[in-house]
Amino acid sequence: MTPSIFAPVSTPAFAIRDVAFFVLGITAVIFLVVAGVAVFALVRFRRRRGDDGREPPQVYGSQQIELAWTLVPLLIVVVLFLVTARYIYAIERRPQPPEALEVTIVGHQWWWEIRYPKLGIVTANEIHVPESDPANPTPTFITLESADVIHSFWIPQLAGKMDVIPNKTNRVWIDPQRTGTYVGQCAEYCGLQHAGMRLAVTVHTRDDFGRWAAEQQAHARDDVEAREGRELFSSLACINCHTVRGTTANGVFGPDLTHLMSRSTIGAGVAPNTPKTLRAWVADPASLKPGALMPAMKLSRDDLDKVTAYLSTLR
Amino acid sequence: MSVLSGTVDARRRAEAHRPWLAVLHDWVVTVDHKRLGIMYVVTGIVFLIVAGLEASTMRLQLAFPALNLVPPETFNRLFTMHGTTMVFLVGIPIVFGFGNYLVPLMIGARDLAFPRLNAFGFWVLLFGGLLLHFSFIGGDGLYGAGSAPAVGWFAYAPLTSQAFTRGNATDYWNLALLVAGFGTIATAINLLTTILTMRGPGMTLGRMPVFVWEMLTISSLTLIILPPLSAAQIMLGLDRYLGAHFFDTQAGGSAVMWQHFFWFFGHPEVYILILPGFGFASEIIPVFSRKVLFGYVTLVAASVGIGLIAMGTWAHHMFVVGLGSALNTAFAASTMLVAVPTGIKIFNWLGTIYGGKIRFSTAMLFCCAFLFQFLCAGLTGIMLSVAPFDWQLSDSYFVVAHFHFVLIGGLIFTIFAAIYYWFPKATGRMLSERLGRWHFWLFVIGFNVTFLTMHIPGLLGMPRRIYTYAGDRGWETWNLIVSLGVPFQIAAILIFVVNIVMALRRGQPAGDDPWDAWTLEWATASPPPPYNFEVVPVVSSRRPLWDLKHPDDPDGPHE
Repeated sequence: MTPSIFAPVSTPAFAIRDVAFFVLGITAVIFLVVAGVAVFALVRFRRRRGDDGREPPQVYGSQQIELAWTLVPLLIVVVLFLVTARYIYAIERRPQPPEALEVTIVGHQWWWEIRYPKLGIVTANEIHVPESDPANPTPTFITLESADVIHSFWIPQLAGKMDVIPNKTNRVWIDPQRTGTYVGQCAEYCGLQHAGMRLAVTVHTRDDFGRWAAEQQAHARDDVEAREGRELFSSLACINCHTVRGTTANGVFGPDLTHLMSRSTIGAGVAPNTPKTLRAWVADPASLKPGALMPAMKLSRDDLDKVTAYLSTLR
Repeated sequence: MSVLSGTVDARRRAEAHRPWLAVLHDWVVTVDHKRLGIMYVVTGIVFLIVAGLEASTMRLQLAFPALNLVPPETFNRLFTMHGTTMVFLVGIPIVFGFGNYLVPLMIGARDLAFPRLNAFGFWVLLFGGLLLHFSFIGGDGLYGAGSAPAVGWFAYAPLTSQAFTRGNATDYWNLALLVAGFGTIATAINLLTTILTMRGPGMTLGRMPVFVWEMLTISSLTLIILPPLSAAQIMLGLDRYLGAHFFDTQAGGSAVMWQHFFWFFGHPEVYILILPGFGFASEIIPVFSRKVLFGYVTLVAASVGIGLIAMGTWAHHMFVVGLGSALNTAFAASTMLVAVPTGIKIFNWLGTIYGGKIRFSTAMLFCCAFLFQFLCAGLTGIMLSVAPFDWQLSDSYFVVAHFHFVLIGGLIFTIFAAIYYWFPKATGRMLSERLGRWHFWLFVIGFNVTFLTMHIPGLLGMPRRIYTYAGDRGWETWNLIVSLGVPFQIAAILIFVVNIVMALRRGQPAGDDPWDAWTLEWATASPPPPYNFEVVPVVSSRRPLWDLKHPDDPDGPHE
């Protein structure tokens, strides 16, 4: 699961890899030539044993040589610039096709709110998108907003990063061409748990994405066996910050929990989402993620079991 | 060569018998540019050790994935203090300290133009540094154990607002740098005035040593770019305490505006640090190659050119902010342009070496390593200037590796070269070449193990400023190697400090001109008397001491 920029699966990342190889090639040649000359000069012109102590010929400069090593780099820079400008416009100015999926991502300290405005889906930290066939592309256009400080959205295998800035709306697009899960994390320092603000993009086939979306659109399950836990949950401060659609819980400060158990991690990727870690999280989030803004709920052991049992039914 | 040595020895003997309190008093109240220069450099070295220890602690925490040696709040303070200290309290005092010490000697002046302002600048900067570090022990803080800032060295808004950093931590950062910045502005005014008005007879602008040209360039740059940072810091203070909303995004302020202010300062700041490094290399490489500097005029033009271009490149730090394609393209162009004058400099140094008789003293060894490392730094800089590539590399460990190649591989290496080169002038004693070689090789190995390797986790998607990382991302091995370079560097610095202490106690006497050099500072005693020159020498070329040593073939006709 190494998020290498040299293992792209989406057009912007492919383009950046290509331009990167081009630049790496040019700089490698420059390095070999200049370092080669330097090594040669340092070895060849070292002072040798038995030196006569006389000063070597003094060369004050040469207009032709100096002009040459001004103009050659200038030419290289012009070429580099033209290539760069072309790639900037090709990536940033791509128009949004009508069949594109729209996703809005809101950065929070220290988790990601994921909204699909046209599908009526709200989730967190794990983005699901359909595969895009280059012959018949279905790209995903992402709108980036922040609820507090600056974050940065970066999934290296899909696209370059884009900052997530309060009071400013940024956009980025991806068209992943292979199913799988691609990881990334916040790339702009955003406070105490910057390191614990990870995210993942899961790319489905189109059919699988349709199924995932349908499941997410449903209201929360109402499992008879977890009724007691649900009552307890509704009576606690949980509902001030969390939403469980179809219940009285409609807080917006924390992640939407309607389909909590469909996510593979909790705490924005800091721990796998199992009943055990979920219980530990509800008991004291700081035990898994020091500094997390959710307070320890200080529940009795019995209540903790009931709330965890209820949350475990939110598939 | 000097007629002053006898009087200096007598002065030193008299000094040795004075009570320590009187000596200390002399240093505290001094307005002598040489003493202030030494105090600047010593301040910088002390803060270098502090910042190095902070970095070492971070590397310990990052050596293995998911370690818990350093809690996140402490780690965030460490990288904030490390970056802030290295830029404002290591880089600036050392380069301005050398400027202080060398500029009057090199241009044939008796002191800086405003000696008292000079003392003010130093003490204010030192006070700013102490205020910043007082945050470790002082203040109530949120966590009980001090309140060092934890907002990163560029302190992006709105993380710096009261809503997101309560307590006084951010105020320490803001006020300490504001205060230190005033000191730096004062020193820049002083150097600029000195260079423009106090050159000795015959020392035209076109005959000044390259180092003096670099100080002229960076003093001018400082005057242009530091006040905007001070203004932004005052605005931040207004935001935090008087309800202003410059950077308060929740009340319509702009987070991006802070970045423009900061990087309009922050980018030229890099050149303020590295240009004097170029100056050191331009003085040292010719002397140990036994050749005149190749292409003095283009080299000076390149320096001034870099200074000018530097003011139009700041937004390349903001390629991922979403400025739009037009601005991204424009700033990519201006950034790439820097490569041209920078290339000229490297070629001119190679032209100087070529055909020489190179003597590999410790100072020259550091300059040689600098050539290769700075070449790497420049080439990764070109990669970063290609905006689409930067969208991947920005804020990753690749950038961290890049700027450490610039500021350590470039600046710190030339500073070590400069210390080995001018220490004999400042103290009258030689540093040990044997210890110097140990220092050099350990440092060059440790530096490259750490920072060459550090590019790789960046390419593999590792962002900077994370206190820990998961073990399944393929970053573990690289991070371990990066951390393994640290002990080498610590050993090198220890040897360096031992070398200095031993040389001060019983180093070989240096004489006036131990390197057979050509600039004016070597024409007076070591250490120079308070008035620098008994008779201010008359200069008729760029290498006055070459003319003196080779009356049959003076430089003048060749220039």
